[in-house]
Amino acid sequence: MGQFQLSGVTKAFGETQVIPPLDLTIDEGEFVVFVGPSGCGKSTLLRLIAGLEDVSGGAITIDGQDMTAVPPARRGLAMVFQSYALYPHMSVRKNIAFPLRMAGLSKAEQDRKVDAAAKVLNLTSYIDRRPGQLSGGQRQRVAIGRAIVREPKAFLFDEPLSNLDAALRVGMRLEITELHERLKTTMIYVTHDQVEAMTMADKIVVLNAGRIEQVGTPLDLYRSPRNLFVAGFIGSPRMNLLTGPEAARYTTTTIGIRPEHIAVSATSGPWRGRIVVSEHLGSDTFFHVADTGLAPSMTVRAGGEVALTHGDTVFLTPDTSKIHRFDANGLRV
Amino acid sequence: MARAVTPRRKAITTAAAWTIGFVIFFPILWTILTSFKTEAEAIASPPSFLFFDWTLENYVTVQQRSDYFGHFWNSVVISFGSTLLGLIIAIPAAWSMAFVPGKRTKDLLMWMLSTKMMPAVGVLVPIYLGFKSLGLLDTRLGLVAILTMINLPIIVWMLYTYFKEIPGEILEAARMDGASLRSEILYVLAPMAVPGIASTLLLNVILAWNEAFWTLNLTAAKAAPLTAFIASYSSPEGLFYAKLSAASTMAIAPILIMGWFSQKQLVRGLTFGAVK
Amino acid sequence: MSTQASRSAARLMLSPAVILLLGWMIVPLAMTLWFSTLRYRLLSPGPVSWNFPNNYTFFVTDPAFVAALLNTLVLVVAVLFITVVFGTLLALLLDQPMWGQGIVRIMVIAPFFVMPTVAALVWKNMFMSPTSGLFAELLKAFGLTPIDFFAHYPLASVIAIVSWEWLPFATLILLTSLQSLDREQVEAAEMDGAGPVRRFWFIALPHLARAITVVILIQTIFLLSIFAEIRVTTNGGPGTASTNLPFLVYLRSLSQFDVGTGAAGGVVAIILANIVAIFLMRAVGKNLDA
Repeated sequence: MGQFQLSGVTKAFGETQVIPPLDLTIDEGEFVVFVGPSGCGKSTLLRLIAGLEDVSGGAITIDGQDMTAVPPARRGLAMVFQSYALYPHMSVRKNIAFPLRMAGLSKAEQDRKVDAAAKVLNLTSYIDRRPGQLSGGQRQRVAIGRAIVREPKAFLFDEPLSNLDAALRVGMRLEITELHERLKTTMIYVTHDQVEAMTMADKIVVLNAGRIEQVGTPLDLYRSPRNLFVAGFIGSPRMNLLTGPEAARYTTTTIGIRPEHIAVSATSGPWRGRIVVSEHLGSDTFFHVADTGLAPSMTVRAGGEVALTHGDTVFLTPDTSKIHRFDANGLRV
Repeated sequence: MARAVTPRRKAITTAAAWTIGFVIFFPILWTILTSFKTEAEAIASPPSFLFFDWTLENYVTVQQRSDYFGHFWNSVVISFGSTLLGLIIAIPAAWSMAFVPGKRTKDLLMWMLSTKMMPAVGVLVPIYLGFKSLGLLDTRLGLVAILTMINLPIIVWMLYTYFKEIPGEILEAARMDGASLRSEILYVLAPMAVPGIASTLLLNVILAWNEAFWTLNLTAAKAAPLTAFIASYSSPEGLFYAKLSAASTMAIAPILIMGWFSQKQLVRGLTFGAVK
Repeated sequence: MSTQASRSAARLMLSPAVILLLGWMIVPLAMTLWFSTLRYRLLSPGPVSWNFPNNYTFFVTDPAFVAALLNTLVLVVAVLFITVVFGTLLALLLDQPMWGQGIVRIMVIAPFFVMPTVAALVWKNMFMSPTSGLFAELLKAFGLTPIDFFAHYPLASVIAIVSWEWLPFATLILLTSLQSLDREQVEAAEMDGAGPVRRFWFIALPHLARAITVVILIQTIFLLSIFAEIRVTTNGGPGTASTNLPFLVYLRSLSQFDVGTGAAGGVVAIILANIVAIFLMRAVGKNLDA
């Protein structure tokens, strides 16, 4: 249950093709994250899978059945929207019961399932309130409750945490991950936040302008990005990308080295520069270094106790085993 | 404003506003007062303002002698009938324009609005003759039909603006939850749209009640609503101010009350969104 | 969201409204055009015959036509002027802090909801009647002779009535617009040293400009079709002093039963209204976010 196969799927809005032919396999029980910059087509792709938009070409198969022309109500999927999309005129209980009502379950059955979902999500205390009276996090849970109660083949999440404040976001991330552990249902999750992607996913799909740049586990993408785009997108702060003579030393057009793979010293190292901005987070320190001659600015990570600050001269030593090489087309070498 | 307004300034403003408001409202007030006077009192010179013998005889006479309630009922049937019919036609149309917009939606909406700008006299002749041959002259049915067409653009427009305020995602959620189109409209859209539908109903009943071109020209005795009824008083028949006032007061009272509640809708419905 | 299914559903649901409005637009309009080319008098004997362009030339060279056209324009421009100017002033006043603002609003808005026939008759009989109207009383109290407004100043009297009916509309729209004016802009202007008049001229007025435009355009559409007030008070007279274009068409069509000429007049009215409509649609179109 919850196996997806997308073959040659395309989507065009009028004249503009936003998704060129795309192939993707999603295995049963996987937590897949679609990630990419704004406008890359990740939400569109999700909506195509949900059936809320028609594909312009290609096929979508769910559990071996061709669902390309099947309306959303009959695909057996549940979706959690960015704005939660709760029914404002219904109580939480009625909101969660709605899909069961549409499926024709008896009132007793509905109540049983709603109560079960409420217990799982810890929302029994406000089950008779209306969405307008709830906080963002509470609404989020109701939206998830409404999805769970349908026992769908897969859950679709469309940037569900974007509207929450930072602290709440971290908490909800954990809850969703735990939910996945418990239910073991396929989850397809869309976000523009690569931290969410890295922490939650079994498999990440990086999208750019409708094209899949790379598919792999978080660590795969981190350790072996297939091209410049993925290299720059995954990992925060961004990987440093250097061209010119330094890259030529490694016989390629561009090399990349992550901030956390550069050692910092006040006295010696092959690269030298001047700190223009230093960000002290307590646990780590990030230095933005200029005048290296390698790139306009490089970001370097150091421990929280390093005493260097802005204006200081600094020496950098890259870990050569962690240097990534990219050819003139931006592809990994 | 962080600074407090001086009481003096507030008093001057209040006085000015109340004076002007009173002057503007005076004709209505005078009509209501006159309706409680005797005819002799009504044309007394100098006129009395509040101190006279209040009487209800005019209200009684108007009802008895001129079938006031027959005309009142015509107004009710025609305005509510045309508005309800308009709503039945307009709700699906506004739904589709608001939730499944296409390339042409904007043009379609503009075209609908433009039909309201056609001057009634432009089609007076064919409508009159057409009604005559169809036997629709002086029938409530005929008037309901015409007024529905006249107000349909405004009804569609207002519903469209209210529907657009409903987040599309909620309807999509309903679809994902397994709702058929019928369920979606019945259980999700309608309850959320009720305030908007009520507002649209309110404004358009008012507009239909006050319509004074077709109601004057297409009716005679049977289907004449209040607009025509009052118009029949235009040829003076001697002492009748008090009765005219009573008839007028009864004719405008319901709408004045409804109108007070519909100010916001007025702005929304008649400026076509150009003013927020 | 637009899938194939919802798009076809949408088309279906649009069709009644579209078909009806299309029919309402095309059929009568086409018939008016057709009638305007015929010699068709309901009261005179003889067959209906082709009469183009005689109906138009007859209508247009009719001295009553020129008078009606002028009266229409005078009526529209005068009411626009009165309602916009006083509407703006009233809106400015109502925007100020005061006590009992709600009640003042009711008093000011009320005339718009009075049906035109009632408004006209109340003004005609109770205020302007030279024998027993209130204005007459007022003049008598000052020792002056009462004026027969409708006999001597028919068009002006109609203008007065219509202005009274439409002032609330203008005021309400302008007040709504005024209340959406960003207070901080006004405060910034004050800090920059602008007095109240300057603040009005440079800040409030440009903001109001759009609302004023809308008021003018929408009122024009309605004012071009003023009918009931004239029918119930002066019947267009004396002579043609207070006849406007709609009333003239009505006279020709329903009073004299000259269908052909009436239809021709109707076409002229349509052309006039369309010119205004083009401007209105452009202004409205800019704001539609479909």
